[in-house]
Amino acid sequence: MLPAELTADDFDGYPPEARKLAVGSLAVFRRLPLTFLPNLLREVIEYDLKFPSERRTIEKELANLNSLSPQEISDWFSAFEQIRLSPSLESMDWVSDPAQFVEQLSAYLWSSQQLDAFRSAAIAYGDRLRKTTPPESPSAPRLGIAVIGKDVDQYEKPVFQKLRSYGTYFNRIKPENGLDILLNAVTTRAKNFPVPYGHWYVDGGQAASPHPAVTCISYASLDASRAALSTRIRNEIEKPGMGPEKLRSVLARMRPEDLGFSKEGDPVLNRFQLRILTEGSGTQIFSTTFVQWTAREVLRRVQPHTLLVRFTPRQRQKPMNELLLANTASADLDPIGSLVDGDMGAYYNWINQRHMTGAEQSSFLAWFENHSQAVAIGPSMPRGTASTESATLASLLSWMA
Amino acid sequence: MNPLISPPITANRCTSKGLSPQDLGRQLAFTRREFLRAAAGLSFGSGLMGSSLLRHTGIPVKRRKVVVVTFGGGARDQETFAPEGQENIPHLIRELIPQSAFFTQVVNRGILGHYVATASLATGRYETFNNFSAVPPENPTVFEYFRKDLKRPASDAWVVAPSNGFHRIGESGNRHYGAGLGAGVILPKRLLAAALSDSKPGEHEHLLRDNYESPYFTPELAGHEFELQQLDTILNLSASDFRAHALTLSSPDELSVYIARRLMKQLAPSLLWITMHDVDIAHAGAYSLYIEGIRRTDRLCAELWKTIEDEPEYAGRTTLFILPDFGRDADDDGGGNGFQHHRTGDASSRTTWMIAMGAGVRAGRVFDRPIQSIDLVPTVGAMMGFSPSLSQGTPVEELL
Repeated sequence: MLPAELTADDFDGYPPEARKLAVGSLAVFRRLPLTFLPNLLREVIEYDLKFPSERRTIEKELANLNSLSPQEISDWFSAFEQIRLSPSLESMDWVSDPAQFVEQLSAYLWSSQQLDAFRSAAIAYGDRLRKTTPPESPSAPRLGIAVIGKDVDQYEKPVFQKLRSYGTYFNRIKPENGLDILLNAVTTRAKNFPVPYGHWYVDGGQAASPHPAVTCISYASLDASRAALSTRIRNEIEKPGMGPEKLRSVLARMRPEDLGFSKEGDPVLNRFQLRILTEGSGTQIFSTTFVQWTAREVLRRVQPHTLLVRFTPRQRQKPMNELLLANTASADLDPIGSLVDGDMGAYYNWINQRHMTGAEQSSFLAWFENHSQAVAIGPSMPRGTASTESATLASLLSWMA
Repeated sequence: MNPLISPPITANRCTSKGLSPQDLGRQLAFTRREFLRAAAGLSFGSGLMGSSLLRHTGIPVKRRKVVVVTFGGGARDQETFAPEGQENIPHLIRELIPQSAFFTQVVNRGILGHYVATASLATGRYETFNNFSAVPPENPTVFEYFRKDLKRPASDAWVVAPSNGFHRIGESGNRHYGAGLGAGVILPKRLLAAALSDSKPGEHEHLLRDNYESPYFTPELAGHEFELQQLDTILNLSASDFRAHALTLSSPDELSVYIARRLMKQLAPSLLWITMHDVDIAHAGAYSLYIEGIRRTDRLCAELWKTIEDEPEYAGRTTLFILPDFGRDADDDGGGNGFQHHRTGDASSRTTWMIAMGAGVRAGRVFDRPIQSIDLVPTVGAMMGFSPSLSQGTPVEELL
């Protein structure tokens, strides 16, 4: 089926709010190229379980598309129109399962050497959309915090090498009660700027109890879900004909209750956590990967005002000879490796935060837990400088504000 | 997860940087070149200085050997040749680069999945099959050209590859080449599985994990008889000795290098292809493990070169090529997640480098004109005297 043939009935399988949204945009959907529309529907079909900021983004995108004249539609999508599709892609049920279509489209674009053309078209569309409907600005400057290095007593190599050029490096921070100070800062911001899902705390281990206004996810709290996912994957791969791509499709169709998330819980947050575990490579294995990927997805999808992440030691990757000895003792931890992971993860958090609206006003703090090193980035912090001033994390936060 | 999945088109994931992929590729090459100038004191060649060194080596084509190492799993500039990455590749920088011709800009325009990309390297054409399918390359491989044109026996071309998915890489499905004309393929982890076949089921499952792109799957191959036969008749190694040696090794790539050395000693193949993949643990998202993988691969490359110099059958007559199959995504590409994957098709994931050293190569030169990864096969063909007629690449004239 081609977009021009769409009818309202085609969206009967969509959740209620997504269906309403799609039917309301049916006229413009019919004019969009097949190389583009399923990518949009992939977002629309999830509308009912998306975060508020994501919903507004979709609504604005649809409003923009609905406002375009036929000539403007041709102009906006001419690059997409030039991408060739295979007959098998055209015959897929891309309305009911746009994610599956996008997966197949991606493989086809690679194999037909059209990925670069698609990528250029997508970037041009994104840039144009951003100019026409600028993303929301936050109601308060954003603050990102990354805590790394839990349980590392001594580490001789420099930390925060990649971040230092963007802000001020401190090496005489007083570490006492550091985590509590940071958590309190997040809570205070959540109270001062009450925004649904606006303030987050992601912990790679057991999370300290945050204020209810702070959305919290921790690796430890997902132990049972990770175990359930592992069992499910094992069961699936034993089925005849199962392969990596088929498994991915199975995972994409999973529901939160399949991994034991309570139906009484927050459905949006449950869905988000399910996606972290089923879409994020390595999130099921390493807590550091879990934290980094979750932070990335929070920043990309939720665009929060505040995000505190804490990297904790992940399990150690055993070398081959140890594995050969089949020592099945419980996995020990790798604090130093996790510090390196966390250092890079903190840098990625900063990069991702920098891509969001209000970047010039936003601040970022990275701290080596229970140590004296930190980097503070923000409009008030001189770039590429180092300070030997002794300070608490509370002072540092006040200077950054 | 599937590395072939590109990001969906959403406004907040697509960013333009004001530079074209070509600009970015040149920028990457520039970084490598400037670093090499500072670090290794190399001089810079140009496209006009083809040296015809082949004719001056004095080594008869028939006695010439080529070893190709893919610097497995893809590594980026900032962790290798950029100033901040140099500490991760001390052996390449201090030992190998000064002896080599270095190409700063090798572009892979094909599919960035490890099996299909390595197959493309080996055929000199961008293969388009599904990366996760256990299929042979569609086009003739370098091994088939080599054996058919030069009438070489099966024992003269070998592949050592990391995962079961690579077991078809030795010969293509092309009807004019294919069956019986390809390379023997050794999968060291399969050998180990065979040597461990008296273990309890699942005992070494984690160790024998096939690859990092699809970590839950190990393509099924036939029973262990073939591997045990390979151990015995080809490598002259008992299962117990092999098992004991494996206990001294820390990674699958160390196992591959061990097997490659054994092959060199026992059969001395003229064309040997070794595919590494430890670096690809990056897919699990742990940066420290990715760096460990790079450091290990750096060391193993130097060990292989030492073996080449030490083995009488190889010393002085062998050309070694080292190149990643491709790179990894850039840190600031919103569609990717930095070092973790190679999904975006951005310049960082498509642009990489190549070292050529040994017989016929003038050492200490850096070339920064763009070449393609598919240029390897015609270059090897020109060096060894066979004609890869279906390859789409172009021989690298600076090496001929």
